[in-house]
Amino acid sequence: MTDAGRHERADGTPYAPHTSEETAAMLDAVGADSEAELFDVPDDVRFDGNLGIEPRSERELRAELSSMFARNDDLTEFLGRDHHSHYVPSVVDDLSQRAEFLTSYTQYQPEIAQGFLQVLFEYQSLIAELTGLPVANCSMYDAATGLGEAARLAGRVRSVSGTRVLVPERLHENKRAVLDNYVDGTDLEVATYPMDDGNVDVDALSDLADQGTALVYVENPTVRGTIEERLADVGAITDEAGALFCLGTDTVALGLLEEPESVGADIVVGEADALGMPTAYGMGLGLFATRESFLRQVPGRLVGASEDTSGRRTYTLTLQTREQHIRKERATSNICTNQAWVALRTAMHLAWLGPDGLVDLGSQCVQEATSLANELNDIQGVRAPVHDRHHFREFVVRTDQPAPAIAEDLEASGHAVHVVDEHLLQVCVTDVNAAETDALVDAFEEAI
Amino acid sequence: MNHDQARYGDDDRYEPLLSETGTATVDVDEASPLPTDLTRDELELPTSSEPELSRHYTRLSQMNWSVETGPYPLGSCTMKYNPSFTEDVAADPNAAVHPERSEETIQGTLELLAGLQDYLARIGGMDAVTLQPPAGAAGEFTGIHVAKAYHESREDDRSEVIVPASAHGTNFASAAMAGYDVVELPSGEDGRVDLDALEAAVSEETAALMLTNPNTVGLFERDIVEIADMVHDAGGLLYYDGANLNALLGRARPGDMGFDVMHYNVHKTFATPHGGGGPGAGPVGVRKELAEFLPRPRVREHDGEYELYDPERSIGKVHGYQGNWLVLVKAYAYIARLGDTGLEDASAKSVLNANYLAEQLEYDIPYSPFHHEFAATAGDRDAADVAKRMLDYGVHPPTTKWPEFVPEAMLTEPTEAENKTSLDDLAEAFNSAMADSAEELAAAPSKTTASRIDQATAAREPQLSWHALDDEE
Repeated sequence: MTDAGRHERADGTPYAPHTSEETAAMLDAVGADSEAELFDVPDDVRFDGNLGIEPRSERELRAELSSMFARNDDLTEFLGRDHHSHYVPSVVDDLSQRAEFLTSYTQYQPEIAQGFLQVLFEYQSLIAELTGLPVANCSMYDAATGLGEAARLAGRVRSVSGTRVLVPERLHENKRAVLDNYVDGTDLEVATYPMDDGNVDVDALSDLADQGTALVYVENPTVRGTIEERLADVGAITDEAGALFCLGTDTVALGLLEEPESVGADIVVGEADALGMPTAYGMGLGLFATRESFLRQVPGRLVGASEDTSGRRTYTLTLQTREQHIRKERATSNICTNQAWVALRTAMHLAWLGPDGLVDLGSQCVQEATSLANELNDIQGVRAPVHDRHHFREFVVRTDQPAPAIAEDLEASGHAVHVVDEHLLQVCVTDVNAAETDALVDAFEEAI
Repeated sequence: MNHDQARYGDDDRYEPLLSETGTATVDVDEASPLPTDLTRDELELPTSSEPELSRHYTRLSQMNWSVETGPYPLGSCTMKYNPSFTEDVAADPNAAVHPERSEETIQGTLELLAGLQDYLARIGGMDAVTLQPPAGAAGEFTGIHVAKAYHESREDDRSEVIVPASAHGTNFASAAMAGYDVVELPSGEDGRVDLDALEAAVSEETAALMLTNPNTVGLFERDIVEIADMVHDAGGLLYYDGANLNALLGRARPGDMGFDVMHYNVHKTFATPHGGGGPGAGPVGVRKELAEFLPRPRVREHDGEYELYDPERSIGKVHGYQGNWLVLVKAYAYIARLGDTGLEDASAKSVLNANYLAEQLEYDIPYSPFHHEFAATAGDRDAADVAKRMLDYGVHPPTTKWPEFVPEAMLTEPTEAENKTSLDDLAEAFNSAMADSAEELAAAPSKTTASRIDQATAAREPQLSWHALDDEE
């Protein structure tokens, strides 16, 4: 340990400010000879060994982690499915890193936390605008846990008597696994409905959805990047069955595709982190919005407007009687710590884009996917897109040669794509990697 | 301490909403490359320029308290200093990878995860750790599911989870979410688990007992070995809620006390920033026999290479991917910065600070000897009012009215990040507020951005977006 500075002690945390004189004075004040004396831990459970964790200096650690992360290969990622990247402007990093935001706690004393509360109120408002649904909470962990909470909400709502949660047969396997855990412990059960050329098979869904159905979950865009064409029909089928319609989407798609409220969605979940979050190994922000009638069943925190004694408009956490710290085992969810700071970043990014910027970004997701699919389709032995649908960001490619071998060759030339099965690959393009599509097409030609 | 919080705005409101400085509506059908029946009709959003946004958010930040602003002694929340360098290491562009990259191409990412699993296992005295749960409550949900899978694997059908009355609300909610009936255990006279009450509660229906140690008033459960025996003899598992682990680093380990499953709150104990409510991370540690039930995939090292694998009887997944990556990097950096001696010292200083602060307070503190936190009582005053008055003395108040078995509780956890002078200021804020008149308390706060906020009306007539405000007008 060689960093200069007063906190460089042989033993001790650099993040406690005590000088040895202060420590001595404080021990004296509490009438103890040592810190160890203050611990009321019986001998038989005291730990006398070493943890074996060697302390390092800040400089050493920066070098250690830098070389650790340098072991990651530098690949251009054409990966999507349930996690999408868009360029995040510097101003989002800069402002979200302000310590007053970053190092604050949940706003249990609203008078001294108006700043963050207003940010969250603005986030809720932006999500309400995008979804058309009036009640948006201030975050779930990610899209998968948001879906789990949506299913549980459907299970609690009195107007719903069914217990079956219908999900697309093509759903990200991780999302399905999370959903299975969220409904374990309830009387809900998960079943699938078939897809037709990438999209919901509406006729099949119509046959499956009945009074035993609690929730119908549809994604737009789908996990294969196709854009749904008959969402209003799904809304009608779901209504007819007395079930809730949950739509899974993301903050970029919401700017362009059909407004969820207009097709009859009762709940919207998904990746709010498509905006505001850099690629971070799957760290997310779960979007959750619903109708006014389900307000008391909403999981997670809500910020509402109020007034202070001066008569000015203020913001505060509200309807907390839904939450675990008041309602305990009868709470709508166990969620406490959420993803508030990511919501702050997402709101900033949305505000930075504005309506034109968001629609442009969404349009780019359609155009880039279309033109890349066309270019790949021109290669002998490659067909893209496999589904005869409109696409958003990503699409599936059929290859005559084995897909895993092609993916391996692509990886060797610096490109990551997703292998769907023996002869299918999935390719995702956004503003972040759009400049690299020519290189990908060249590499594809090489690999075939 | 003298303190006036920033206060922008006019007679009607503080900083204007994004929607109040201008919005625009785009005709999406017109602007999009898709057929119009696949798109929304229009989109209305705020239209602030970058300079305006920069000022908006900077002003909002100034109207917000934080650890870097001043003392933040919320009991059970461990609002310690968040080292700056951890932000820099987490922002390394080489670590910004998509979660579906192949294992061979993200060896650095997996190495960090394996390293953090190892550190946490050592600190908790556990055999295996998953980093997937994205928060403490998600850790509880995971841990209880692991316990459930364990019992089911033995064809042992159990229906109850026992939770002390003083436990965090999440314990009750997590157990209920996993499908268990919650049995509430009343607190003993001395603030600890009452062994007779536990004896009465434990049965062949007991899947687990969830405990925090030190408990929510900072007391070490001295009978922990006996408690563990009682639960284990009945065939149940012992679950450790890691919220108060900051008191014990390097001095005692849940695994050594007989706990079978635990979660760590890395945003508390390991100094990752709370971000206004999250993200956190709630890794779960288990003893050997339970490792095969942990969420998939897990990370392991084999001849210097790292790989992902699915445990044999995994409960599946609790997060879409591998949890809150950025938080996990910061936790690794913090633990490695401190090492054995630093971690032990962090606990020692947090306990010293709580004891020193308590010594300066003119409040009754019914339960001791406490460790990193203590529950003072406001006696015949309203703890919430005293807390509002403390805001005017330039500090954040403690957690109020919780735990419920302490009347008018003020649960206080100064953490190791305060020095003697700062603790003296904090004590003065406590004592001054307590000495002030009922009128002064009722009129507080006055030095914060907002004066007392009407929370009852907010709940009675919810206005949850700027659209709701427009409807009102």
